[in-house]
Amino acid sequence: MARPPSRSSIAGLRRRFITPEGVDLNIELGTAGARAGAFLLDGVLMLGVLILASIAIGLMAFASQSILMIGLWIVGFFILRNGWFTLFEMGARGATPGKRIVGLRVVARDGARLTGGAVIARNAMREIEIFLPLSYFFASLGAMFTGGDVLLPLLALGWSMIFLFFPLFNRDRLRVGDLLAGTWVVHRARAQLGHDLAASAAQSTRPRRVFTDAQLDLYGVYELQTLEDVLRGGQTDAIVTVAAAIRRKGDMPDDGDDYGFLSDYYAALCGRLERGMMVGLRREDKYSKATRAA
Amino acid sequence: MTAYVEARTPLVNATRFRAAHEADWDQLDKILTLIEKRGVRAVPDQQLLVLPLLYRAALSSLSVARETSLDRALITYLEQLCTRAYFQIYGVPTSPMKQLAHFFARGWPEAVQALWKETLVSFLLTVAGALVAYLMIAHDPSWYYAMIPDGMAQGRDPTASAELLRQTLYDGGKDAQQSALALFASFLFTHNAQIAIFSFALGFMFCVPTAGLIVYNGLMLGAMIEVFASKGLGYNFIGWLMIHGTTELFAIMISGAAGFRIGLAIAFPGRLSRTDAAVAAGRSAATAMGGTVVMLAVAGLLEGIGRQTITNDELRYAIGLVMLAGWLLYFYMPRGKRDGAPA
Repeated sequence: MARPPSRSSIAGLRRRFITPEGVDLNIELGTAGARAGAFLLDGVLMLGVLILASIAIGLMAFASQSILMIGLWIVGFFILRNGWFTLFEMGARGATPGKRIVGLRVVARDGARLTGGAVIARNAMREIEIFLPLSYFFASLGAMFTGGDVLLPLLALGWSMIFLFFPLFNRDRLRVGDLLAGTWVVHRARAQLGHDLAASAAQSTRPRRVFTDAQLDLYGVYELQTLEDVLRGGQTDAIVTVAAAIRRKGDMPDDGDDYGFLSDYYAALCGRLERGMMVGLRREDKYSKATRAA
Repeated sequence: MTAYVEARTPLVNATRFRAAHEADWDQLDKILTLIEKRGVRAVPDQQLLVLPLLYRAALSSLSVARETSLDRALITYLEQLCTRAYFQIYGVPTSPMKQLAHFFARGWPEAVQALWKETLVSFLLTVAGALVAYLMIAHDPSWYYAMIPDGMAQGRDPTASAELLRQTLYDGGKDAQQSALALFASFLFTHNAQIAIFSFALGFMFCVPTAGLIVYNGLMLGAMIEVFASKGLGYNFIGWLMIHGTTELFAIMISGAAGFRIGLAIAFPGRLSRTDAAVAAGRSAATAMGGTVVMLAVAGLLEGIGRQTITNDELRYAIGLVMLAGWLLYFYMPRGKRDGAPA
């Protein structure tokens, strides 16, 4: 097995998040890509709503022959532009439809309730994050086509891009709005409880393999959990390869039942490492010795 | 060589642990799924009552599992279960109606009150801008064209006759339809509200663009006043402006003040860390700014409908002053301590 990747890169978007009960929930932040995707989805949905509402208002205006409908459209456009994000994020789900589809949620960084003020702050800042770069972009385009002065709008565009790409410059993927509102966007994980690998090995009627201490001393926690992934993944070629590697290292004969062998080895190794943990000894991977946690 | 043994006792802590608690986790998972899919109302009361208990039991399971078990799937499952339960128990805001009631009763006026220094600065910048523009144009009318864009002037420039200027103040009510006025009002409201939001957001850049916007607003004000005052229409123009202007200018000043607050907090965080200062300022300033959208809707109605139908100067002054007094009283009236807050 290869040297385990450094912990920080696995836990790149994992953050401490302590509940009032004092337990770290170890939440996962949304990636910049997921957030951009959610924003695009929201944009498409808003455009859809705008088109449908415009057609409806247009028909009503045609029927009633009243220019009041234009006022309705203007106010509706304002509410759609400024209210879409704010109103949805103030709701119980803490997410716009786009964020829900992608599986994101807005959360206050301090673990408190998400307040209306925070939601307004994070979304008002979209004015300088999105609107400002966009307007400079169109100003540059316009200058290019009309042959006006391109340099100034281009410089302004470059400057305003700082705000657009702000999330890429900090560890927590905070937008300017998140920074100011004290919020961050977390990944809304859902996981099913997988079956118990050790129990299925224990409950089957066939006899269980036993391993010597030397054979179980080959690996640490990292290898154990990689083995767990292999077993849960259930890919035959991975199972064959891993079983062969373990047998070769532990000098064990091939009995033809790779999955059964790995399940038994997993349960035995897990039991042995957990017994170590009971007395405070934890062995991170095959390269390290069992140590007491500092 | 590999030996075999007939053993039934579980080898791994996760197995024992799952057997003891899995039913609780399942129940919590079911309640959470129901809330997430259909809302809190879909959940029967007795299940809601056990939700906090199940949540804390799951938290304790998570703590124990982290210390004693190496089954990663189990820990991942418990982490997401606890996180989902946490969001439902702690993360959900109170009902929208309650939030709205609190906003108007306390949240907004208190946020505006906290901005009084910045609001004063906004006010002084506006006055300074207006004075400068007034004096400059009185000295040399050509400055007017540098300050007011053509589209906005609509013929109201230093060369216009007194008669034409008078017309712009009192016309409109005669031939305009009610629906056209409402259209005008909705346009004014959305336009101004967008500017208010923008001036708040610009404050992030260390206040400078917001200050520019506020001063420019003052410049336009002073320029217009000078044009009308030089034709002896100053009193009439101020009445025309005031009916909605006290509300509208106040709202713009507050949103500018909100922008100043965040810019100052980032530039001079004081005892707090820069991020903490930004968050504290951002939340309260955004609350103040959010309310100005309501003020601007009122101003839009006053301007779009009230001003065009009310052409009496004194009545215009009266409405403008009453609105101003109302806002001042609403924002700065002393309020008791928050319920339950330590005195």
